[in-house]
Amino acid sequence: MKKSKIFWGYAVLALVIYAVVQLLISNGVIQNYYQNMFIAMCINIILAVSLHVIIGVTGQFSIGHAGFLAVGAYISAICTMKFGMPFITAILIGAIVAALAGLLVGIPSLRLKGDYLAIATLGFAEIIRIVFVNTDYVGGAAGLQVTHQSTWTYAFFGVFITILVISNFTNSRHGRACISIREDEIAADAMGINTTYYKVVAFAIGSFFAGVAGAIYAHNYYIIQPTAFGFLKSFDILIFVVLGGLGSLSGSVIAAILLTIVSTYLQEFPETRMIIYSLILILVMLYRPTGLLGSKEITAYFKFGKKGGTRV
Amino acid sequence: MEWIQQLVNGISLGSIYALIALGYTMVYGIIKLINFAHGDVFMLGAFIGFYAIARWEMNVFLALILAMILCAVIGVIIERVAYKRLRNATRIAALITAIGVSLLIEYTVIFFRGSSPEAYPTVFTTKNIEIFGVQISTLAIFILSVSIFLMLLLQFIVHKTKIGKAMRAVSHDADAARLMGINVDNTISATFAIGSALAGAAGVIFGIYYTRIDPLMGIMPGIKAFIAAVLGGIGIIPGAMVGGLVLGVVETVVSALGYSLWRDAAAFVILILILILRPAGIFGKNTREKV
Repeated sequence: MKKSKIFWGYAVLALVIYAVVQLLISNGVIQNYYQNMFIAMCINIILAVSLHVIIGVTGQFSIGHAGFLAVGAYISAICTMKFGMPFITAILIGAIVAALAGLLVGIPSLRLKGDYLAIATLGFAEIIRIVFVNTDYVGGAAGLQVTHQSTWTYAFFGVFITILVISNFTNSRHGRACISIREDEIAADAMGINTTYYKVVAFAIGSFFAGVAGAIYAHNYYIIQPTAFGFLKSFDILIFVVLGGLGSLSGSVIAAILLTIVSTYLQEFPETRMIIYSLILILVMLYRPTGLLGSKEITAYFKFGKKGGTRV
Repeated sequence: MEWIQQLVNGISLGSIYALIALGYTMVYGIIKLINFAHGDVFMLGAFIGFYAIARWEMNVFLALILAMILCAVIGVIIERVAYKRLRNATRIAALITAIGVSLLIEYTVIFFRGSSPEAYPTVFTTKNIEIFGVQISTLAIFILSVSIFLMLLLQFIVHKTKIGKAMRAVSHDADAARLMGINVDNTISATFAIGSALAGAAGVIFGIYYTRIDPLMGIMPGIKAFIAAVLGGIGIIPGAMVGGLVLGVVETVVSALGYSLWRDAAAFVILILILILRPAGIFGKNTREKV
């Protein structure tokens, strides 16, 4: 009963945010420049939350998230540009193919741990990128032209559904199994949890939503090129999750919002932006290795005085 | 005959990878950290060599030595400032810091001198020498002899000197080494210094061989050198050499077969295959997981 009340509270809040921004956009108060920033923010939130499932919840260190973003972007662009499908179908197909790619990558590489897993995911992401560079059907290195179809509505509901699914997943029996893998894989194994299964599931869910983000991304920037999906993109996504706090969904959302604003204002100075990013990454790791919020959610800070178990 | 020539090219490229891979493998062996910034030390070495040769008109060997010394200093600074505090942190925290240091070096260089590439001055008039009917350029011979010399020097340092003995002891068991009176911090710094010096040398050689350097050049060779280290068995010095040579030859063969755009993919496929089939590498021993 109480849980559903909280849920409806958030749903109403989300609708209000959506309606206000949509109203401002249709009245022309928010210019194209800022509208673009809002869409970029939504894309980054989806990416951050989808990587949060893999790194924050399940503890599997993947630094190849841009690969799944690329799969979602290219597949959805092929659907709309080559087959003339409606955008919404393209998003779904892009996401499903990205999830399949996640399965394909996850099943062999999730046998590895820690550093090795990180390098293997990086390798897979690069292979995906090189495949797109060498496929003439999608324009090779020159890239693929895509019509502009992403709107605030698509982007916002993308975020809404992503957060809804992922927070429900985290608080479910499956999510708790994933958290136990993060805390201690051997102990989780000993408790009878099928660790490989849950790792692959988390990976596939993460890739699915990266695919959603990719579809929205592709239809927002008029052109997609393989160079946009290199390591730097993966690190960009990684920094959201790390800065927000490994294991904190709201943390990664906040970090994604903040860093999108920072990078929008620093667009003219890409070097400065990267220097700031890298300094943030180093300083956060040296002085606050848990990130801004640690593994807590922001809601935990508003619950002083109330009794109850600690949330994970 | 063309094949033998390609093989020589592959070995030249491979010896550059091997020099970088040695630094990775030594650092990994001693503190279990993938030093992502290592590729950028390689880049800095290339730039130091470039300025030494083109601007300050130094001899190639002097430039090489200067690059090695400065890179060693840079390596120690990176270790002392960024990694030292993370000795007891989680592996992921250390890895993220390494990524951060790598990005910081790249973009600081771009910030100060722009991202435009630089053309390396020609230091040799390249001649082709005919050996058994095969045309081999003097450049390839130069690269090979420098890298073989450095690798032999490294073997000597690791196996015959006191600091080498300390390095082996610390990588075997840091706590026991500390109890035996070895200064672990200094030994780790020395490892970074030696590894970074080798990367600096590789940078200069790379510049001379490929004649084009830019601030982001360290990323790909860095990752490939890491692949080479994993291929040979990470933490094992001869493994890094063999891994580098194998990777260089495979890449050259893939290019020679006409798939030059797939060259980078070949390296990553090797990485994934080795990680899945034999994660300990060619020379590694399988270690069992203990609870």
